[in-house]
Amino acid sequence: MADYVQMWKDLGMDLENHDLLCQVLPTAVGDVFLSQENRPKAMDFWDLVISEVHGIRPAELIEEQKKGRKVFGTFCVYVPDEVVIAANGIVTGLCGGSQFWVPDGEAVLPKSTCPLIKASVGARLGRTCPFFRIADMYVGETTCDGKKKAYEILGEDVPMYVMDVPQMKRPEDILKWKNEIAAFARRVEEFTGNEITPEKLNEAIQLVNAKRRALQRVYDARKSECLPISGRDALLMMQIAFFDDPARCAQMCNRLADELEDRIRDGVSVVPHGTKRILVTGTPLAVPNWKLHNIIETSGAAVVCEEMCTGTRYFENLVDETKTTLDEQFMALSERYMKTNCACFTPNTGRIDDILRMVKEYKVDGVIDCSLKFCCLYDTEKYSVSRALKEAGVPILSLETDYTDTDAEQLRTRIGAFVEMLDA
Amino acid sequence: MNNYQIGIDIGSTCAKAVVLSSDKKILQRVLLPTGWSSVDTAEKLKEALGPWLPEADTVATGYGRACVPYAGRSVTEITCHGRGAAYLFGGPELTVIDIGGQDTKIIRLEQGQVSDFLMNDKCSAGTGRFLEIMAGTLGLRLEELCELASTGGGTSISSMCTVFAESEVTSLIGRGEKRENIAYAVVDSIVTKVMSQASRLLQGAGRVCLTGGLCELSYLRQALKKKLGRDVLTSPDARYAGAIGAALLAGKGAA
Ligand code: SF4
Ligand code: SF4
Repeated sequence: MADYVQMWKDLGMDLENHDLLCQVLPTAVGDVFLSQENRPKAMDFWDLVISEVHGIRPAELIEEQKKGRKVFGTFCVYVPDEVVIAANGIVTGLCGGSQFWVPDGEAVLPKSTCPLIKASVGARLGRTCPFFRIADMYVGETTCDGKKKAYEILGEDVPMYVMDVPQMKRPEDILKWKNEIAAFARRVEEFTGNEITPEKLNEAIQLVNAKRRALQRVYDARKSECLPISGRDALLMMQIAFFDDPARCAQMCNRLADELEDRIRDGVSVVPHGTKRILVTGTPLAVPNWKLHNIIETSGAAVVCEEMCTGTRYFENLVDETKTTLDEQFMALSERYMKTNCACFTPNTGRIDDILRMVKEYKVDGVIDCSLKFCCLYDTEKYSVSRALKEAGVPILSLETDYTDTDAEQLRTRIGAFVEMLDA
Repeated sequence: MNNYQIGIDIGSTCAKAVVLSSDKKILQRVLLPTGWSSVDTAEKLKEALGPWLPEADTVATGYGRACVPYAGRSVTEITCHGRGAAYLFGGPELTVIDIGGQDTKIIRLEQGQVSDFLMNDKCSAGTGRFLEIMAGTLGLRLEELCELASTGGGTSISSMCTVFAESEVTSLIGRGEKRENIAYAVVDSIVTKVMSQASRLLQGAGRVCLTGGLCELSYLRQALKKKLGRDVLTSPDARYAGAIGAALLAGKGAA
């Protein structure tokens, strides 16, 4: 590993504690990823990025900051990257996916907060994640209650801008989100000192759409009966997409998709014929949260799709590229983003339609609906999700878990029994 | 295909093994406390199974299923308990309530196959462990607790959490509440917890049966029956359900 210690020091990080994290990550990567057989060669890019996840990309971001660019940290797929990119800013995802950060979050948050929020707050306050140190501004959003309140606490430590996400999807809500995007654009202009012109915004829209298309191509390959990539590898690609430069992300995903399409043509599958195909749905799986996929795929099944924010919700639906005025473009952005179906909205029947559609598209044998502990929204929605799937005759397993490993054996038994049920 | 089929179920408190003949008759049952090490327990079972083992197909299940090197493969306890219950109780539809030492499972079977299941989360309320802890607090053995409970009534424990329930029991003792009433409240609490956990699957048609280590506590079954308003079947072999299911699956080769 290259020497990033000076960089981390300059970022004001807690080096001693951070060392502990650096020590466990390689083992986890080895166990979950490198132990797999017959992986696509193009995964070498993501293997490298994850092996130096706190080094390579943070160093790039710092270089860009030296040139005067600003870095915006976001926590939700509703925040429009295009606006930041149009002002020559950089977006990086900031969701924490490790138990390592949870205790520092619990120091200020109630225990009954979802681990994603606890880890995100902990990563900032504990000073153990370079991305959380680098971001010049955090962009929050009024989605779930836990996040709203956590942003107030984070806002005491770092410049914070909160977007007001609607809770319904009526025409007036889409208009409201458009206005929120416009207001955000003004704040971004102010903060970066760069004007957002229709030309620049259009370029940004095209750039992000290209990334979405590339991610979709990889997912399209996963629809094949001949499964060319494991769920774990696809998840890693998805997770890193939140941190990477969008143009490089598109390039690497297209490179991977090329290889996957070749594999399908040559009949190269990562699992034996007849392996049960699982769709995973629910709350996001932030890096390095690989527990669920790892258990499923070491229990004799394969994950073929994630109906999640670290999955299809991130890239499905494109922004209309034909608009020429800022006003029209903001509306086009709003229309695209408001198509994302998150449990924070009511009603949210679109998510059920998505799941049923994906079951067909990805030739799914069974669905695992997994939410993070204390996420009341997704937990409550499990009821309608499982009812709809039962009616459609699709086997479904509902789970709840957090970032600790204490329930791994329990999960293994449930998931194992579910796979046995599908195999029977 | 070998002459015999062996199922081994290493649970948290007891290890069970069953030998089946080729026409699926039970030839032998073995029951051992699990003790500290699943590996040692598996070794002891091996001795007990000595005469059959060389000529048998063997499947292991239970939480110690990975510690049985002489088993051909392992299958989860949910599938095995389901198959075992189907063997013992039959019927086109069946709901199995399995109250084990550390977990409680509710398994739905249709045409002898698992069609749905629920398992308690990390918490020990609603499991055998809960009863054991409460019996300990009252200075009773499990069987004594259940017998006493059948003569009690009128008290309840409100907390669903084992730790809080324990302090409730302690304060009931302090208040001079009769032991049989406390015992009644303890059993009532576990039954309520199991019922609320199982409600989704208990809506299904067909018979209901109780398996697992606690099925021999007759008052517990009575209390379940009463709450459910339905008959709850059991069998002297019900605690071997997991092992029987594993043995049945041993005949199927690699699934
Ligand atoms: S689950 Fe909802 S709140 Fe969370 S990132 Fe996705 S869209 Fe945003
Ligand atoms: S998982 Fe649920 S509780 Fe956690 S941040 Fe997302 S919406 Fe909020």
